Amino acid sequence: MNVIEATHLVKTYNPDTIPVKAVNDISLEIKEGEFTAIVGPSGSGKTTLLNMVGGLDTPTEGNVIVNGVEINQLSPSELTDFRMHNIGFVFQSYNLIPVMTAKENIEFIMLLQKADKKHRDERADDLMEKMGISETSRRRPAELSGGQQQRVAVARALASKPKFILADEPTANLDSQSTESLLDIMAKMNAEENVTFIFSTHDQRVIDKAKRVITIVDGKIASDETK
Amino acid sequence: MLYLKLAWRNIWRNRKRTWITASSIGFAVFFASFMQSMQLGSYQRMIDNSVRFYTGHLAIHQSDYWEEKILDNGFAHKSLMDLDIDQTKLDVGAPRLTSFALASFKDKTKGVLINGVDPALEADLTYLDNKIKSGTYMTGKGVLIGGGLSEYLKVGVGDTIVFISQGYHGVNAAGKYLVEGLLSFPVPELEQSAVYLPLPLAQDFFGAEEIITSYSMLVKDPKEINQLQVNLDEMTQGSELSIMNWEEMMPELIQGIELDYYGGLIMIYILYVVIGFGIFGTFLMMTKERTYEFGILVSIGMKKRQIQYMVALEILALAFFGVMLGLAASFPLTVYFFNNPIEFTGEAAKAYESFGYEPIIPFSLDPVVFYSQGIAILLISAFLGIYPMLAIKQLKIIKALKE
Repeated sequence: MNVIEATHLVKTYNPDTIPVKAVNDISLEIKEGEFTAIVGPSGSGKTTLLNMVGGLDTPTEGNVIVNGVEINQLSPSELTDFRMHNIGFVFQSYNLIPVMTAKENIEFIMLLQKADKKHRDERADDLMEKMGISETSRRRPAELSGGQQQRVAVARALASKPKFILADEPTANLDSQSTESLLDIMAKMNAEENVTFIFSTHDQRVIDKAKRVITIVDGKIASDETK
Repeated sequence: MLYLKLAWRNIWRNRKRTWITASSIGFAVFFASFMQSMQLGSYQRMIDNSVRFYTGHLAIHQSDYWEEKILDNGFAHKSLMDLDIDQTKLDVGAPRLTSFALASFKDKTKGVLINGVDPALEADLTYLDNKIKSGTYMTGKGVLIGGGLSEYLKVGVGDTIVFISQGYHGVNAAGKYLVEGLLSFPVPELEQSAVYLPLPLAQDFFGAEEIITSYSMLVKDPKEINQLQVNLDEMTQGSELSIMNWEEMMPELIQGIELDYYGGLIMIYILYVVIGFGIFGTFLMMTKERTYEFGILVSIGMKKRQIQYMVALEILALAFFGVMLGLAASFPLTVYFFNNPIEFTGEAAKAYESFGYEPIIPFSLDPVVFYSQGIAILLISAFLGIYPMLAIKQLKIIKALKE
């Protein structure tokens, strides 16, 4: 089953002055349970593609259908709601809420979803255990290492039980050990819980772990390989 | 609760900035409430002194008397009996018969203001007995005259003074009276012209038996003045009598107070504008440095209005914290000065006394002094908070994530 169907996506910046096509007619399908890496040089359009697939940006042309919903037709408020329930985000620089503890950060999205306290507690504890960060639950982001912060960020992304997780260069700021550890956890979540991951990355270690690698050059798909 | 918790924690993300902003708000509240307490305290004292000086809080006259203060516009003292005046709400009510006359002693003559009063009630109302500088207070047989008048006429205690005037309904009025005491007034006009004598003697002098020109009342609780006036107005409907309050009788006092009050208000507004810029600077920073964070929050599913709500709570919590700081500093100090007013000495004291005022700066503990400043700051913060609200509303996720 496809969780994402993107058709003829085009994103043009500065359409009235000097038009730049960051994404130029990309179509792709992502199936449930995929562990996909989108790779390519800087400026190739990886992040722009991810932003459009995640409903953060609107395509100039083309459609994105997520779990059967054409997200470009949603109002900004509906789109925010849709993202909260369907898409998990992991950013390069972790982006945890600095005034919340690790556990509160994980619970936050469930609070927005109006989940009850018992469910939030259980889900957060379970995710922290799986991520190996149970001992950090009461610490704030500033008191955590980069690797720990990124694991909290992944746990936060998983907390809402999204249809897929978009991770924009999640290992860019991590050392080798933290990268290996994070990738192992994500691969395990993918294998055991069938969580769909889509990465944009330069990192060869991420590419090596991926089951499918889509290479983008100049806004177009140059290759799409499934291992 | 989540938003409140987030707001409170966000405020303390930058402790120094929070303390600086809260302190500047606190200073504004402290300064404004302290100054306003001093202003209101002074006005209240000024009003108390003024109503105690002559008019009382309320006065009953014949309808035409205030426009034309002549004896013929007096009214029958007994007509007050027809009014059901709630004496329990009055501190004192004093009848007066007031008109002009010529006072003469040996070869000197001067125009004077004759006040026929009830000695005991007048002492209660205006503390006239405390203004005796020589001789005795009225015994019922003689008159009291201003010290300046006694100097002009060269008349002293124990001398006999002659008054000539036109009496009630045009009759001739003439009489001679024993000077029982000399009065000291801070106001030169009264010092030069005031004459007090017992009401029956004045009525006899003017041929105005049972006639008075005013009935002045001092109300126990000044907050009840308006209601009392309304009640009396109803009672005097259709009669020849009318009721005036102290504000109507002393419009120049109100004008003076208003002028001073608005002068003080302008100072406070200037202070608020200066503090407002400081608060706005903080809000601006709070918004600018968190644009990326807001972008992240919207990305993961927080709606803009939820972020606006959280930031609005931060703004109000910060303002509230500053207001509490200011009140915590100003309230004890104001209570202290309420109980121990600032006293003037030397020339300043004399200047105050010459106007009949105590040489002190009293303070007010009227709640309005405190809550009005708090409300003003919260309103200013709410107004300045429009900027962050608009900035969040116009937030573009992708642009924010690139910040």
